[in-house]
Amino acid sequence: MRNLWVFINRYSTFFLFILFFGGSIVLVVRNNTFQRASTINSSNQIIGSIYQQVDYFKGYLSLNETNLALARENAALRALLKSSNYDNKVISNVIRDSTQQPEYSYIQARVINNSVNQKNNYITVNRGARHGIKKGMGVISSKGIVGIVLNVSENFSTIQSLLHSDTKISASLAKSQAFGSLVWGTQSSDPQKALLRDIPNHVKVENKEQVITSGFSLFPPGIVIGTVLETGLSSGSSFLDISVLLNNDFSTLRYVYVIVDKYSEEKEALEIQNLDND
Amino acid sequence: MTKLLLENILRFILLILAQVFLFKNMGYYNLVIPFPYIMAIMLLPVRISKVLLFIIAFLTGLTIDAFYDTLGIHAAACVTLAWVRIIFLNLTIQDDDHDSISPGIDQMSFRWFLIYTFILSFFHHLTLYLLESFSLNNILSTLTSILFSCIFTTVLIILFELIFYRRKKR
Repeated sequence: MRNLWVFINRYSTFFLFILFFGGSIVLVVRNNTFQRASTINSSNQIIGSIYQQVDYFKGYLSLNETNLALARENAALRALLKSSNYDNKVISNVIRDSTQQPEYSYIQARVINNSVNQKNNYITVNRGARHGIKKGMGVISSKGIVGIVLNVSENFSTIQSLLHSDTKISASLAKSQAFGSLVWGTQSSDPQKALLRDIPNHVKVENKEQVITSGFSLFPPGIVIGTVLETGLSSGSSFLDISVLLNNDFSTLRYVYVIVDKYSEEKEALEIQNLDND
Repeated sequence: MTKLLLENILRFILLILAQVFLFKNMGYYNLVIPFPYIMAIMLLPVRISKVLLFIIAFLTGLTIDAFYDTLGIHAAACVTLAWVRIIFLNLTIQDDDHDSISPGIDQMSFRWFLIYTFILSFFHHLTLYLLESFSLNNILSTLTSILFSCIFTTVLIILFELIFYRRKKR
C-alpha cells in the first residue's frame, strides 16, 4: 500500500494530467453533440470496416447462389414490366341497329412479328382464338389490306401476308367494277407492287385508277388496295395483267384489324353445296 | 506575494477578455486562429503546486469554453498545456533560485522563452484542434491549421512580452 502511494506520488504530474484531461474529455463527449455523435460513429467506423472486409470475402463463397437469386429476381421484375404484359383488351364497337345488321366487326391487333423480304411473308399479331379470331379471316390496316389469318393459337395468330405467293385476293377496279384476283410475287418481289390478274381484255383500264376489294371474299367491299401502275400487260390470252402499286407499306405495319364476318360460315356452307352438286 | 496574486488575477481577466472579444474574431478563414490567452497559464510562477496549476488550467479552459460554446475542449487543451509546462520546466530549470519568479522574457533568455512559448502553444493547439475535429479525416488541413495557429499565437505572445514586461525590468 505504501509502495502504491509512493508510486502515485512519484508520477503525480502524470496522474493529475490524466485526471483533469479525462474530466475534460468527459465534458467534451457529454456536452458537445458533434463529438458525441462521432464517438459513436467512429467506433462504428472501425467495427463497421472490419465487418465490411469480412463480408467482402464471405461474399465470394455464396457468389453462385447470389447470382442465381439475382437472376430469378430479374426475371420476376422483368415479368412485372408493362412491356412484358400481354394486352388483353379488345376494343370493339358494336352498332345496335335492328334495320341494319352489321356484317363485319373488327378486332384490333398489334403486329409483333413481320417480314417483307421473303418469298412468302408472314405476320404475327397479338390476338388469338380467345379474342374471336378464326382461321381464314381477312386482315386490313388503316391503309389497305394486309392478308389472311393462317393459324390461330390461344393468344396469337399468324397472318399469311399479301406478300405471299399463295395469297389470292378478289379485287376490282374502282371505275369499271371489273374484278380479278390480286397476287404477289409472280413477277417481282417488290413489297410495293402486286399483280391484278384475270381482268378481261375489253375493260378499259385507266392509269392510276384505284384498285379496291370486290367484296366477294373475306374483305368488305370498297377497301382501297392500291393504284394501277402499269396497264396492258397482256399475258397473251384474253385477260389483262395489271401491275398495282400497293397502298399499304408492309415494312412499317404496326396495328392491323382482323375482320370478323358475321355470315361467313353461312356463306361457306352454302357455297360448299355448290361443289357437292357438281 | 499579494502583488504576485493580484498580477496573475489581473492578467487572467485581461487575457480572457482579450481572447473572447478580440482574438475570437481575428483569424484567417478558420485556418489560423490565435489563442494568446494561454499566457495566463504559461506565466504562472515556476514553483506553483502541480494540483493548483492543473486546477487553474482547467478553470481557464472552462472559462474560454463557456464563451466558445465548446465545453471541455479548451479545458482539455489547457490541461495538456499545464502538463507539458511541468515537464518542460523540470527539464530546463534545475536550480532553486527561480522559486518565486514567473517564466517571462525578463527573467529567462529570449531564446528560452521563444522555445517555451512555441512548444507549449503547439501542444495546446494540437489537443485543441484534434479534439475539435475529432476525426483523422482531413488530418493534413488540421495539422496545417495547428502549425500556423501556433506560429501566430507565439508571435502574439512574444509581442505582448516585449511590450508589457521588458520595460518593467528596466
